[in-house]
Amino acid sequence: MPFIPHTPAEVAAMLEIIGAPDLDALFDEIPADLIGPPDAALPVALNEMEITRLMHDRVAQDGRWLNFIGAGGYEHHIPAAVWQIVTRGEYYSAYTPYQAEASQGSLQLIYEYQTMMASLTGLDVSNASLYDGASALAEAVLMAVRAHKISTRVLIPKTVSPIYRATVKTIVAHQGIEVVELPYDPVTGTTPVPQDEDVFAALVIPQPNFFGQLEDVDGLTDWAHARGAKVIALVNPMTLGVLKPPGQWGAKDVSGAPGGADIATGEGQPLGAPLSSGGPWYGFLTCRTALVRQMPGRLVGRTRDADGNAGYTLTLQAREQHIRRAKATSNICSNQGLVIAASTVFMSLLGPEGLRRVASICHANTRALTAALSALPGVCQLFSGSSFHESVVQLDRPVAQVLQGLMQAGILGGYDLSQDYPELGHALLLCATETKTAADLTRYTEQLAGILSMEQTA
Amino acid sequence: MKLIFEHSVAGRCATAQMPHRLNSLDDLPEHLLRRDEPLLPQVSELDVVRHYTQLSQRNFSIDTHFYPLGSCTMKYNPRACNSLAMLPGFLDRHPFAPAATGQGYLTSLYELQQILIEVTGMAAVSLAPMAGAQGEFAGVAMIRAWHDSRGDTARTEIIVPDAAHGTNPATAAMCGYTVREIPTDAQGNVDLDALKKVVGPQTAGLMLTNPSTLGVFEQQIQTIASMIHHAGGLLYYDGANLNAILGWVKPGDMGFDVIHINLHKTFATPHGGGGPGSGPVAVSERLVPFLPLPRVGGESGHYRMLDEHDCPRSIGRLSGNHGNGGVLLRAYIYARMLGGEGLRRVARYATLNANYLMARLQQAGFDLAFPKRRASHEFIVTLKRLKDQTGISAMDFAKRLLDYGFHAPTTYFPMLVPECLLIEPTETESKATLDAFVAAMIAIAQEAQAQPELVKTAPHTLPVRRLDDVRAAREPDLVWSVGRECAVR
Repeated sequence: MPFIPHTPAEVAAMLEIIGAPDLDALFDEIPADLIGPPDAALPVALNEMEITRLMHDRVAQDGRWLNFIGAGGYEHHIPAAVWQIVTRGEYYSAYTPYQAEASQGSLQLIYEYQTMMASLTGLDVSNASLYDGASALAEAVLMAVRAHKISTRVLIPKTVSPIYRATVKTIVAHQGIEVVELPYDPVTGTTPVPQDEDVFAALVIPQPNFFGQLEDVDGLTDWAHARGAKVIALVNPMTLGVLKPPGQWGAKDVSGAPGGADIATGEGQPLGAPLSSGGPWYGFLTCRTALVRQMPGRLVGRTRDADGNAGYTLTLQAREQHIRRAKATSNICSNQGLVIAASTVFMSLLGPEGLRRVASICHANTRALTAALSALPGVCQLFSGSSFHESVVQLDRPVAQVLQGLMQAGILGGYDLSQDYPELGHALLLCATETKTAADLTRYTEQLAGILSMEQTA
Repeated sequence: MKLIFEHSVAGRCATAQMPHRLNSLDDLPEHLLRRDEPLLPQVSELDVVRHYTQLSQRNFSIDTHFYPLGSCTMKYNPRACNSLAMLPGFLDRHPFAPAATGQGYLTSLYELQQILIEVTGMAAVSLAPMAGAQGEFAGVAMIRAWHDSRGDTARTEIIVPDAAHGTNPATAAMCGYTVREIPTDAQGNVDLDALKKVVGPQTAGLMLTNPSTLGVFEQQIQTIASMIHHAGGLLYYDGANLNAILGWVKPGDMGFDVIHINLHKTFATPHGGGGPGSGPVAVSERLVPFLPLPRVGGESGHYRMLDEHDCPRSIGRLSGNHGNGGVLLRAYIYARMLGGEGLRRVARYATLNANYLMARLQQAGFDLAFPKRRASHEFIVTLKRLKDQTGISAMDFAKRLLDYGFHAPTTYFPMLVPECLLIEPTETESKATLDAFVAAMIAIAQEAQAQPELVKTAPHTLPVRRLDDVRAAREPDLVWSVGRECAVR
């Protein structure tokens, strides 16, 4: 019996202790008409050799590709040590660290993670993760509205990923929150300081934004703070080795409030999580100390044991569903513990210098690719201003058709923006991380040149 | 133990992980760049590997210890599920890569959907929710969407039994509902008279776990279902305890309209020290249009993710991508390794282990919360009598179990049983392990009489002694900073 160790003799001995005649008797409190027969529609068991063959066949079907898609998920090198360490059974098969004394490994690791994320974003505290970047943004919106107390209006630029905006709408739909979308400047691909003069609870500022462009984070932060609103920074943590951290955005002191974003959130995947068709990744959430009691999710704190030695435990649990029930800050229970463990090991291996170098090479590669492609007839870079490690190019024909052509050459050429931003025409979002070599960039450029030199089919 | 930051030496790095150069960032505006250095350690690769390996050794886990944590289903997580889900081709695939580049992956997910539909007796499923609580959110949001679609907008309440997981009332509140809590009767069933009083035209639905968190099967489920349906409400099944009935009773047959399944419980995917989980949500026919996105649709060879164009009435998206794909693969591999018969064996042997452990503990003199009932896959011991006699609490007892090399059962949940231990052995544990656990329970009960201080001050053999939770909450120390005291006094 796969994964069930019982021998017939043991089963007999156990039934005798229970005083039950057979295994069927153990279900005698379940109404008989609810118990169904064995399900013939389910497949038969495979042993490990057979399932190994099956999954190898499945994965082979999917092929290997030279990937230039970013759009919220980024291909980075992950050191071998990262997942070898975190798939150790002691991390992999542990539960949420409710029994603190038996979970010091996970707890200290989370405390280290919280420290790294708070520092990376330039804020005071971090929680122990949420599900992913999109749902974390929704939680940040709810948190900012709770903290603001007066308004339930939240401003979200259209330069935030359309899928993130859709996710926020699903999650905050029933809490009376009004989401207002802000337009972008078609020349720079960034969000101008809004004209909106109504009271609002929070402004979301993406950096880099969905187009890869760098927003005027200082101007936007000061504008929101001057109107008494909270600032939610939506950032890619991989860029924070070189980009100004949210905690330092804006003026140092506006109307007595400390400068900088109040909350930072985003997708943690670039820090050590494989693309893996979209998950498991994780959402991070950091904030100013004053907001910590509004935070959703678990927090680890350092304390003392009975001998006065330092130890770690889950804390401030009065915010959470298992204590507060209907009055909790969120219903979240499970988070993405193992993925942040990977991230913590990843950040330790890269250190400040590694993070800077990776980010700088992503930036250089994307710049080089964008320049090379823009030199082709029929291609131009769409936005002026600065971009980080993604950029938008406009093509002379439908993007879907071009991407099909690139796939023939084993290349995934980027993310087609024309569905979500039809006003941009044949716009393609592309990304070249540090994983791409000069030869990869040349291969992409040559293949695209070949495709564009052909007559348009439609 | 030192923090990783305390191993840091300026100028050291894990050289093999470094890109060869730092590229110029001169083209970026100066005012958008970072001036200070983030607090990340500067350490060698061996420093990192040794530190996190040593830290791991300060954890209890299924792979190292019996972990009978009630309502959490800490069963063995088969290693093949991990290694096969982590094949490089699966890991490298971008979520926005075209469906044509993911037929192997999507076929696996599609077949997982079919397996889940089959074992729940529902009409369709979405794999999108990333944990049980998100599955609950999707479920209650669908209940609301269904009422709204019929113009039935006066329903404001969700009914939740007092024994429910905290996520149930928290979810109902997130979906804009008022929570009506109902009590449990002396046998652990829902108090039907109390239910009758709160059901009415304002009832949007009822959320129920069956078997309940009290470790017993709710025998009046068909009556409850018809009461709720008669009043125009829908029934939500919290699948946290599906392990108890897997392959024997289908929630759809009990009258439930929505169910979430915790794959990280019933389908043996890892808990990972807190996650990632996965909470697919399955529904009866009338709720299918509202399922969250994306879902896997299409047909063999041409599977794809269904989106807003395919499902315009969906409650929407819950995440940036497709839920926790890697977890879904692990669950799929597990389900295929067990097959139909193996899945049905899960409930049978989980129930056998729970009833055996319950009988042994009862015979050893422990009080059961529901001594006249069969255990489902879990059961409750109450230590109230011991507390009254000796002052030893369930918490003390739990901490002492750690010294004996057993992870503690769930303590103080459900809240309506005083000094409770909620014990769930799961089907993957052997009789020998259960016997050793009983021996430890008996030994601690004896210590409670003979040397109560020993139990009250436990644990004694772990990396730390009992921790001061009050101090942690009163003076929150949530991040480390340079110059702060070292980890040891």
